[in-house]
Amino acid sequence: MRVTVRLFARLRELVGAGELQRDAPDGATVAAVWDTLARDYPAVAPYAASMSCAVNAEYARMTTPLGDGDEVAFLPPVSGG
Amino acid sequence: MRTTVITSEPLDIQILLRSVAGAGMGAVTTFLGLVRDHNQGRRVLHLVYEAYEPLAEKALQRIVAEAQEQWPSVLLAVHHRTGKLGIGEASVAIAAGSAHRADAFAACRYAIERVKQIVPIWKHEYFEGGDVWIEGATADPDDLAARETATRIACA
Repeated sequence: MRVTVRLFARLRELVGAGELQRDAPDGATVAAVWDTLARDYPAVAPYAASMSCAVNAEYARMTTPLGDGDEVAFLPPVSGG
Repeated sequence: MRTTVITSEPLDIQILLRSVAGAGMGAVTTFLGLVRDHNQGRRVLHLVYEAYEPLAEKALQRIVAEAQEQWPSVLLAVHHRTGKLGIGEASVAIAAGSAHRADAFAACRYAIERVKQIVPIWKHEYFEGGDVWIEGATADPDDLAARETATRIACA
């Protein structure tokens, strides 16, 4: 299956793109997509400890399974206000 | 009138005041968060705010729902700006209307604390000599301890 990865703020800058298409095995979790991203872009790996994630613009967990066409977003610690 | 807004346009507190108006309102409190010219010893030139807009909008709606759960008589409006903001410009505007002042003050304070906890917005600070992404809270709307902290601050 194929998912869209959205990246924001410093994560976006470290990867050099705010949106990527990634292939993943059927039923892959958010964590599995993150692991392949961190393998391809090692600079983002430390964010595993502090980021949040969302699937189709709803907060999700790293254990959330993904479906074909889903949008998964990785969110650095927020700083609005 | 929408009470939760993410916008690249300048914020207008009058619009928020209108959206929480009502004959039963005896008090309205407002909060404006402004871009200041210094941060952690740096001379700030401007900020650029980035949002994951669809989720940020939902997070604002969630904050309004949480506040109404705790203070049922309160009407709350929260607008957050994105893009480049100069010194003195408002990045966030909140208005809370209620029959009585105590709930209006509490809900307003609760809202800004929750914005800082769970809304997917980031500020990129440009200062004299460089730039840095500001990173605050790990966003987790289901973190009850964070929500209790916001309530405690709001009711202090």
